[in-house]
Amino acid sequence: MFTQALKPRLRDRVLRSSLVDLLTGPHGVDRYTELVEPTWTSGDARAKIVAVLRDTPRSVTLTLEPNTVFTAASPLRAGQHVTLTVEVDGRRQTRCYSPANAEGDRLIELTIGVHDGGRVSQHLYRHAQPGLVVGLTVGGGDFVLPAERPRRILFVSGGSGITPVMSMLRTLVAEGFGGDIAFVHYARTPEEACYRAELAAMPGVRVLHGYTRDGVGDLTGKFDADHLDAAMPSPGRRAGAERPGNDLAIFVCGPPALVDAVREQCPVALSESFVPPVFEVPTEASGGLVSFADSGVAVTDDGRSLLEQAEAAGLKPESGCRMGICHTCTRRKTSGAVKNLITGAVSTTEGEDVQICVTAPVGDVALAL
Amino acid sequence: MTATLERPIEEAPTAAPTLTKVVGGKTVTMTPEQADAFGRELDAIKERVLADLGERDATYIRSVIKAQRALEVGGRALLFAGIFPPAWLAGTAMLAVSKILDNMEIGHNVMHGQYDWMGDPALTSRNFEWDSACPSDQWRHSHNYMHHTYTNIVGMDRDVGYGILRMSEDQRWAPYYRGNLVYAFVLMVFFQYGVALHELETERIRSGEISIADKREILAGIWKKVKRQTLKDYVAFPLLAGPFAPFVFTGNLTANLIRNVWSYAIIFCGHFPEGVQEFTIEETANESRGQWYFRQLLGSANLTGGKLFHIMSGNLSFQIEHHLFPDVPAHRHAEIAEEVQEICERYGLPYNKGPLPKQFATVVSKIIRLARKPR
Repeated sequence: MFTQALKPRLRDRVLRSSLVDLLTGPHGVDRYTELVEPTWTSGDARAKIVAVLRDTPRSVTLTLEPNTVFTAASPLRAGQHVTLTVEVDGRRQTRCYSPANAEGDRLIELTIGVHDGGRVSQHLYRHAQPGLVVGLTVGGGDFVLPAERPRRILFVSGGSGITPVMSMLRTLVAEGFGGDIAFVHYARTPEEACYRAELAAMPGVRVLHGYTRDGVGDLTGKFDADHLDAAMPSPGRRAGAERPGNDLAIFVCGPPALVDAVREQCPVALSESFVPPVFEVPTEASGGLVSFADSGVAVTDDGRSLLEQAEAAGLKPESGCRMGICHTCTRRKTSGAVKNLITGAVSTTEGEDVQICVTAPVGDVALAL
Repeated sequence: MTATLERPIEEAPTAAPTLTKVVGGKTVTMTPEQADAFGRELDAIKERVLADLGERDATYIRSVIKAQRALEVGGRALLFAGIFPPAWLAGTAMLAVSKILDNMEIGHNVMHGQYDWMGDPALTSRNFEWDSACPSDQWRHSHNYMHHTYTNIVGMDRDVGYGILRMSEDQRWAPYYRGNLVYAFVLMVFFQYGVALHELETERIRSGEISIADKREILAGIWKKVKRQTLKDYVAFPLLAGPFAPFVFTGNLTANLIRNVWSYAIIFCGHFPEGVQEFTIEETANESRGQWYFRQLLGSANLTGGKLFHIMSGNLSFQIEHHLFPDVPAHRHAEIAEEVQEICERYGLPYNKGPLPKQFATVVSKIIRLARKPR
């Protein structure tokens, strides 16, 4: 026991020592160890695919074994997301996915819905195989169960939005949750409904399927008050309570239309949407001078995000989700006012890090890029 | 970065003049219209290659990196057994090849942004650091920006003589240049330090134009890098070998020397062989994109050889293609060289190429000739 705990720590201490850093300079020790074993890095969080399952015609389920950098990061809670980086035709692509495994599992399970024209999802559906190494970092997110578990929980999900719900369900089952759980899931057809068999066998969970294209499910049509009643009668509304108390929590994850429909019935539902929100594009560009200082390039603001304007100027800044959640594109804004395209908040702080994919200039802006 | 080619070249307010150069006794001319057409043909090649970049290029550079790291680890390991002469020789050779690959096919090319499109932080130009005394950020400024933009413009491109040598008739002679050949030899032996000191602009300090205090930050950057490189090769690795320290020390010293001489030879053959043209600031004022290409072509020379030779030269043996398309992955140059040559023929432009010994001999004779006081 003692030696087991000591071994990796000693190895890490040696690998991270300043002597090894000097000896492997200027590239660093990871650039050597990764050639022996791609997940053997002390700086980059990575994972190896150990199993691939194509369970439905439009999804692929990957089981990933993360390296020590990933596991040493702050633990992932059920419902939170990770960022996955994969190379497609030589180019790195980063996407956010919510794992479906129970909280605390050693292996990470990702079920990825295939989108038409989705570069990463199509690539993984076609080419993912055991042994493939991907970048995998802990993302975070607020779509999590309250630490003090409510008595009743209603989950609603659509399509690949099922994954954070699966993670929460598996976590609750594993901890022996004694309260009521209902889960409404919408898929296009029964064949496309992920985790159907596992859900049918899950103890203590009332599962209702709705199919939006083909097939007869437990529910018909889109989410409405009837669906809500069928899943969980009087979830706090009819008792006169505007807000469900500590005894009820509602989670919804799926396309924006589903999230809106659920929130119309239950305004306090905690939600997550996988489809990029449509930014409110400023009606007119500020016309300010946007300078990408490190590259010696300056452009006149055309109202788009800093990332798009940098790319239009021929620069190639790193970027990932392009919807403001993965922080891959974060750059230091050295001066000027910027507007967050999601929140609309304007910031004039000097020397702050901004996510350039969701930030637009308001007047002159200088960026370390 | 890619700023070199993307940098907007100011359009001439009036039609730019016809360019004329005498190359090897033959007069080469190019009208502004010809230059535009020439530029469009080269642009088309570049666009075609960039659109085709993908997995093949990623696999290529990663396999070179893998070979380099394996040679480095293997070479250093063998040097620990350097008391046996075959081990010392093999270890030194492997380490030398590894340093050459690191500096040329990997470092130089990655720092040009040739692999930025991959989005891999380890292969991104602004992150990459090489196994050389020169700090990469300083290199990117002096090389990618200054040298590649103002190539062979005497007074602007500091690679014309590196502020030490007289490499062009257009540099005014001074008694100092009598030592041209000696300086050139010393630069060859200590090439990595010569490159490291490039951003210091010692000639401007010597002339009193700037003071050493103006270069404090540059100097600090150089010192930081040189210190680590020296500690690694000449202190840490030898000490790790215990009683065999002298073998590791001399092996590392020799490997660095081989890398210095080899990279010096390749680089000097890129711009200094007989027939390569220099330009004046006036000649290049308001040059169009096509005329920029014209200058890059006439200011560079290729080396002929086999596939292994090209890899070991970092594909700088395709100096012409490299200067036309600095951010196109260099292993692609061989594939487009024939087409570039065909275009040059059609426009009646010279395409300077030759084997390394012949080209280098003309470089040495130029160094000697330019040392003498012009009559």
